[in-house]
Amino acid sequence: MSVERREARQPWILLSPAMAAITLLLFVPLIFIVVYSFWLRTATGADQAGFYLNNWNEALTDPFYRDILLNTLKIAAITTIVCALMGYPAAYFIARSRGNKAILLLLLMLPFWISYIIRTMSWINILGVSGAVNSILIWLGIIDEPLQMLYNETTVILGLVHFLLPFMILNVFVSLDGIDETLEDAANSLGATKWQGFLEVTLPLSLPGLAAGGLLCFVLGAGTYITPLVLGGSTDAMFANLVFEAIITQLNWPLGSALSLMLLAVLGALVLIYNRYLGMAQLMKGLG
Amino acid sequence: MGWFFIRLWALLVYLFMFLPVAVVVLLSFNASQFGSFPMTGLSFRWFVELWQNDAILRAFQTSMILGGLTALISTTLGVLASLALVRYRVPGANLISTMLIAPILVPEVVLAVALLLFLNFLSINKSFALLLFGHVIFTLPFVVLVVQARLVSIRRDIEEAAMSLGASPVQTFFEVTLPLMLPAVLAGGLFAFTISFDDITGTLFWKPGGVETVPTQIFAMLRNSISPEINALGTVMIVLTVGLPLLGAAIARQLARKSGG
Repeated sequence: MSVERREARQPWILLSPAMAAITLLLFVPLIFIVVYSFWLRTATGADQAGFYLNNWNEALTDPFYRDILLNTLKIAAITTIVCALMGYPAAYFIARSRGNKAILLLLLMLPFWISYIIRTMSWINILGVSGAVNSILIWLGIIDEPLQMLYNETTVILGLVHFLLPFMILNVFVSLDGIDETLEDAANSLGATKWQGFLEVTLPLSLPGLAAGGLLCFVLGAGTYITPLVLGGSTDAMFANLVFEAIITQLNWPLGSALSLMLLAVLGALVLIYNRYLGMAQLMKGLG
Repeated sequence: MGWFFIRLWALLVYLFMFLPVAVVVLLSFNASQFGSFPMTGLSFRWFVELWQNDAILRAFQTSMILGGLTALISTTLGVLASLALVRYRVPGANLISTMLIAPILVPEVVLAVALLLFLNFLSINKSFALLLFGHVIFTLPFVVLVVQARLVSIRRDIEEAAMSLGASPVQTFFEVTLPLMLPAVLAGGLFAFTISFDDITGTLFWKPGGVETVPTQIFAMLRNSISPEINALGTVMIVLTVGLPLLGAAIARQLARKSGG
């Protein structure tokens, strides 16, 4: 009897440190900022505890915040679509390659190990005033003056695509790799063209991977503030930049809490919708 | 025909991924005093200057200690939790799994704000401790995922065999289970270290004034202009975070081949 009880208790002893850490360092703090978002920042700098709707009123009605939120979602959406268009054929190539799949996959995993800030700033070497592209164009005599290509919305999207593309390729690959190749052959032998076979058999079967990759690209893209700071101009702030400004620069923590929760609500809703229809298992396959 | 285009497309995607990084490495050897083209010759001077830059060395030290402690704590928590989930039938295992990976599902900015404000409320200010707590919490899910995936493949009957031959549960754990788990533990630790070493999003919220990690140091240096030193630092980081794991994997394979054959 006591042996059985000990057996039943053991997993909880093993789980408790991790569960305690996540509860104390994630769940309780999240609840705390919900409370904090109703506090009030005062002129003295001390935050007044209480139930004030001022921050929420400002965050939800000020068109400045609304516009940047919409722009952030637009940038994340474009990034996700570009990642899908670039990544799908590449993943298909790896999954169907007759060559050394392990090497191709390893190459694909390498960017995960290369620092995000290095990969982001590497575009300054390529597109900057004295970067590779301008140097080559001047050397070829096509232009006399260097072109100003950096610090706009396009370069922000470019940086995000460069950062997020491996997530897309990996998820699509995991999906494609699990599809029996002979299914397409079967479709072909029944009279479908190669293209039809792909469109009607392989593509639908790989949609879960595409959706998982898309979710990751969108959520990670919409939550970034470093890429716009490094590759964007002064007007290319994304929503997370507003959070950073409020918390770190203006020290307006109640407003910063409300803005953080807005971002969490929008991106969290996407994760929940995804979970409702596709489940988390697909996402975990690509991450693990 | 179609396959030709898919191949070409994949090649272009790989070039897109690697060319900018290759340019960083190339420019770090540039003898010119500007961090840009044209290349005026090959030189190691920027690496020498890195070595003499106190701010960068301090940042490097901070990153190593932070990454090491993060890996240690995160791997310990992650391995224990994974053992529970893989080895026992836990009621509500799905909910617990979702809980353990929750830090990935919350945008890192939001996690950073919540932790900063809550711990400040508890009178824990921006400090190394805050950085460490933060790094542990967002590396933990990755450790759990990696370790769990590998633990599944360790067969339970080997442990049962050890016990039936008279080993105590503690002996069994240290002499059978742990050696079998070691690759999973190391993989989890390496993963946690790399993620911590590379983090900037949360770190900028949590770090106390004057303390820099390598990524925040690079970020601060970018404010001025892109100097050849940044490229050199980038090259060092690439060698560290890519070269070492590859080398480790190669050595492990070599050892496995020797002991196996």
